[in-house]
Amino acid sequence: MVSYKQDAGQSGHHDQKGRSFMKQFTYTITDPVGIHARPAGLLAKAAKALDSTVTITKGEKSAAATKLMAVMGLGVKTGETITFTIEGGDEEASAAAMEQFCKENM
Amino acid sequence: MQVATGKSILNGIAIGPLRIYKKAEAQTTVSSTLTPEEEYARFDAARVKAQEQLGVLYDKALDEVGEDNAAIFEIHQMMLDDDDYLDAVRGILETQGATAEYAASATGENFAAAFAAMEDEYMRARAADVKDISRRVVNVLLGVGDADMMADQPAILVADDLTPSETVQLDKTKLLGFIPRHGSSNSHTAILARTMNIPALVGVDFQDEWDGKLAVIDGYNHCVYIEPAPELLSAMEEKRSNDLKQEALLQSLKKKPNVTLDGKEIKVYANIGNAGDVGLVLQNDAQGIGLFRSEFLYLDSQDYPSEDQQFMLYKRVVETMAGKKVIIRTLDIGADKQADYFGLDKEENPALGYRAIRICLTRKEIFKTQLRAILRASAFGTVSVMFPMIISVREVRDAKEILEECRAELEERGVAMGSVEIGIMVETPAAVLLADELAEEVEFFSLGTNDLTQYTLAIDRQNPKLDNFYDSHHPAVLRMIRHTIEAGHRHGCWVGICGELGADQTLTETFLRYGVDELSVSPSSILPLRKIIRSLDLSKESQD
Repeated sequence: MVSYKQDAGQSGHHDQKGRSFMKQFTYTITDPVGIHARPAGLLAKAAKALDSTVTITKGEKSAAATKLMAVMGLGVKTGETITFTIEGGDEEASAAAMEQFCKENM
Repeated sequence: MQVATGKSILNGIAIGPLRIYKKAEAQTTVSSTLTPEEEYARFDAARVKAQEQLGVLYDKALDEVGEDNAAIFEIHQMMLDDDDYLDAVRGILETQGATAEYAASATGENFAAAFAAMEDEYMRARAADVKDISRRVVNVLLGVGDADMMADQPAILVADDLTPSETVQLDKTKLLGFIPRHGSSNSHTAILARTMNIPALVGVDFQDEWDGKLAVIDGYNHCVYIEPAPELLSAMEEKRSNDLKQEALLQSLKKKPNVTLDGKEIKVYANIGNAGDVGLVLQNDAQGIGLFRSEFLYLDSQDYPSEDQQFMLYKRVVETMAGKKVIIRTLDIGADKQADYFGLDKEENPALGYRAIRICLTRKEIFKTQLRAILRASAFGTVSVMFPMIISVREVRDAKEILEECRAELEERGVAMGSVEIGIMVETPAAVLLADELAEEVEFFSLGTNDLTQYTLAIDRQNPKLDNFYDSHHPAVLRMIRHTIEAGHRHGCWVGICGELGADQTLTETFLRYGVDELSVSPSSILPLRKIIRSLDLSKESQD
């Protein structure tokens, strides 16, 4: 299940012209094994191909999506919700790509 | 003779001499005469070579153990690209002026320790992976080849838990059995042993002095006999010989159709109790899944599984079956088989109580969640749905109405669905007697002979005092089955059997003569049934 936080006013950073330059969305893991090695590896690959910086947060802990071992180290289990933060580059496209990845693999 | 116990990975027998494998501990010196940059260049070259080796291993494993299990080598390749891992190596080189060998080895140990400290069992098992890749890089740096562990004689290998790459590199023709001294039954080695069909025993307290002695791994009894007594040895040899015959049967019957000598075709499907069994289904060449018991999803969970969770799981099974039919039975739990969060009251007679479709029709949200997940999964293959414990036409109509509601809801959400064949379990005398009316409401029947027998004979099968009265081939039960098949056919339904009686090889001919269309059995019964079916000629008089 994907839910987006509103761009305007509620979250994300804004530059002087009021344009937002960070996107976030949350995703709840449906894969019964949680984020195991295989999806973590594919995620790292997919994230490396983007021109944005993608960070995954679970509770207090964060990891760069490009770092396989760090993502695995988050120990994300089924039913848990993680937040994707996308900054820089083509944020729309990167966020869409990550969302698609989640639906297909996690 | 001595006996040691462990946990068996495979129901099989291995007979041969024991051989202990001792890993040569690669020596690594700590400090280097080269600059950190030069050492890192060495490390990087070795890293790339290691990834190449892993590519070769991946291909080999793909052949031997299939994609899912070969995937581990891809993971290893990805780990060697991980920024944190590489940064850690670089860090050690720069702060300690160390050799590349030492840095890789130490990094491996550090990451392994971090994984080993995690709560999740799956993550803890990854500690072995990060050690494996580090060792591989170190071996490349040292110019050490992978040792040949088996030498000339076929043997039962005893080793500290082998890494995935060691397991794949073993010469299988010489590997009779396997005793990893550490490692769990979920460890990678265990999974590979199971897939390669090699009897293995974990958690054995192995004595070094047993090296070289003749031993027998008894996978059925979770133990290993060292220097077995002669009678035991010959009994085990016979068991093993039977196992091999079953293997040969497997090979010869695979891909052959389930057709009698006089040309009558019957479907033989598999019963499964959880998603992990799908491998067995395909290995045994089932034409479909005739009973997918969905309860495990609810029983293995701390709370109601969500629509998405259920959908992912059904989808995975449906996709793996690649178009072959998957018949999902809706939630069939009761007071005797339940999860706490359901909050079902204790009952005097759970067999006659608030269970299965009765729960679903009164707690509609639970039912609808499951039905929506099933409908969504149907877009990915061939899916049928089956309602358990039916006793009336009313129940079937209500269930179908709820299914239509779910379909409408999903259509509004714009979610893809396929068509879903609808059927019921016939497992109550009421359903049998109303079979003609029920057949008008659905497309198929599946006979749940376990419960049907119990309800028809009014006998509790668990009660040993009733053994004299219990007859699994009771004429009343057989008549119930026959009636159901005939009624189903009168109204255009196909009829199958998914209860235990379906696998009873002494009844196969009887059922075929009744006109049964499908038998759904545990995977290991599929090929033996095929053998019988292919040997029958229904145009001739029955042999009995």
